[in-house]
Amino acid sequence: MRRGVGTYLTALLEVNGLRTHFFTSAGVVKAVDGITFDLMEGESLAIVGESGCGKSITALSIMRLIPSPPGRILGGSIRFMGEDLLAQDDKAMRDIRGNRIGMVFQEPMTSLNPVLTIGRQLTEAVQRHLGHDNEAAHARASELLELVGIPDAANRLRAYPHEFSGGMRQRVMIAMALSCSPKLLIADEPTTALDVTIQAQILELIQQVQRELGIAVIIITHNLGVVARYVDRINVMYAGRIVERGTLHQVFDEPQHPYTKGLLASVPRLDKPKGERLIPIEGMPPDLSNLPPGCAFRERCAYAIARCEEDVPEVRHVRSAAAEHHVACWAVETGSAA
Amino acid sequence: MTTSSADSPLVEVSRVKKYFPVTSGIVFKKRIGEVKAVDDVSLTIQRGETLGLVGESGSGKSTLGRCILQLHQQTEGEVKFDGVEMSTLGGRELRTMRRRINAIFQDPYSSLSPRMTAAGIIGEPVSVHGLVQGKAQMRERIQELLEVVGLNPYMADRFPHEFSGGQRQRIGIARAIAAEPEFIVADEPVSALDVSIQAQIINLLQELQEQLGLTYLLIAHDLSVVRHISDRVAVMYLGKLMELAPCDDLYEDPQHPYTKALLSAVPVPDPTVEEARERIVLQGDIPSPQNPPQGCVFHTRCPMAIDDCRAVVPPLKETSPGHWTACIRVGPGAI
Repeated sequence: MRRGVGTYLTALLEVNGLRTHFFTSAGVVKAVDGITFDLMEGESLAIVGESGCGKSITALSIMRLIPSPPGRILGGSIRFMGEDLLAQDDKAMRDIRGNRIGMVFQEPMTSLNPVLTIGRQLTEAVQRHLGHDNEAAHARASELLELVGIPDAANRLRAYPHEFSGGMRQRVMIAMALSCSPKLLIADEPTTALDVTIQAQILELIQQVQRELGIAVIIITHNLGVVARYVDRINVMYAGRIVERGTLHQVFDEPQHPYTKGLLASVPRLDKPKGERLIPIEGMPPDLSNLPPGCAFRERCAYAIARCEEDVPEVRHVRSAAAEHHVACWAVETGSAA
Repeated sequence: MTTSSADSPLVEVSRVKKYFPVTSGIVFKKRIGEVKAVDDVSLTIQRGETLGLVGESGSGKSTLGRCILQLHQQTEGEVKFDGVEMSTLGGRELRTMRRRINAIFQDPYSSLSPRMTAAGIIGEPVSVHGLVQGKAQMRERIQELLEVVGLNPYMADRFPHEFSGGQRQRIGIARAIAAEPEFIVADEPVSALDVSIQAQIINLLQELQEQLGLTYLLIAHDLSVVRHISDRVAVMYLGKLMELAPCDDLYEDPQHPYTKALLSAVPVPDPTVEEARERIVLQGDIPSPQNPPQGCVFHTRCPMAIDDCRAVVPPLKETSPGHWTACIRVGPGAI
């Protein structure tokens, strides 16, 4: 158990050995293949990786929103506030979703219903979960819009999604996710579709509600910059597995996994003058339905050793670092298995 | 047909405006307004340089790129390529000119015909401009182009769906350089690609520039990418040019309040740097280009705006050598 500021924190979410596969005509896609991590109350975590690494599927698995068929959670456990989410029936899950876990998706336009007013969509969750009557739900809805920084909230409730800009819609999505005061907010690429200046507004808003309401946040993103500014801890994913996890500074200042190092070296930086060539990661991510044995990264890896071809690397403590820093690589000198 | 000397600019854009009509009605279309996508923009691109053009969505950066390519006819103003006014050219003259200019687009999925092989896609500009004789020579040229962009020559007979996103972008680049152009407009060439693939394509663009002496106009919203490969950078907002400066100058010492806010909004992948950085979070949204604000288009979101900003359209003026800024509150004679 990690020590927080002056107190021991309890784990809000514990994911252990989660495996989510998709059974398609082209074969079994191992989208998430044995991942383990936890999240403390009030903490913020980023799940970073490129497309197809399994970061969104991790979130959907926690929400139990994996379309089945073709998808299925094959193994592992997800414990949230002490309860095993995989053991819940559909009705119990509906009560947890929205009520205790809120989620924000990438595309604010497709996630809102275009023919219902903002107010109608905001009050729906409140009425469903908290059993508010119309008047109380309406009051709560305008309170939520104010919380996410939409001025003139009472009037804006009558507007339709198309009358809002992309940034405003994302604010509405955040308001909906927060409507029942959840303990955990999952934001899947919340700013990817937005312009830079609007992106900054939304990230500041997520950080502000996290602090004000004391909720835990998982941000799923491919953007390393977004991560550096707004989270406490990071999970780096590659081909369905977590290859490195640790605190913000551990992962950025002393990256251990060759993939993490490669990612950091390959992005151009705003604060570095034009000059040297970028060092790309050669090759491309593997096909998840046809993964080679051993480490999925080894074909792109400059440090690969013989063992990488045979055994899937265990997630182990980084020897020199504090207990939280873990890496899954045979070529890195590590301590005991985690 | 080079008409001017080597130190004159390759591309000269002067006072270009591009307005799109907004109509209502289905049969009898009535013009009810216009979108000022590009509004009075002037800039030059020197031979061999990379000019980065940045801005948020709706800033008009892609429209300006398309005006330079003559894919859009500008409403007003001039686009000169190598001293020749492009919009007056027609037919064969335009085609000859087009050989010297080419484009790379954002989406490697929709910009390649799904029914043509890689060889067909890359070979088309070569045969249109009659650059090789006979099938054997064509085959040779295609193989050569594939190798230049880092693809295996045996992939020539594959269709686009058989390639990954990064490989498709390489095919797009091979097509763009196939007719040996001097100037390439690259519109968001890496934004659809994964992070680890972006660096490969950025490096390829830089290598090609050195080998072939290309001049680039790089249109992008990712300010980090633009810094990495540009010599000079132009910043657009709502159809107007806000600031134009040598690359490091712009990033180290931005003058325009919009550029400052834009740069501070871009996160840097380094928590230690991030903790020390000051950020300016702009309030509000980008106004509609159909109804842009009077005076300076940025005044509605500008932290430095005064009453005069609402009345005066700020001219682009040189605030330090080579550094141009369109703000009445910046530079000599600032209010």
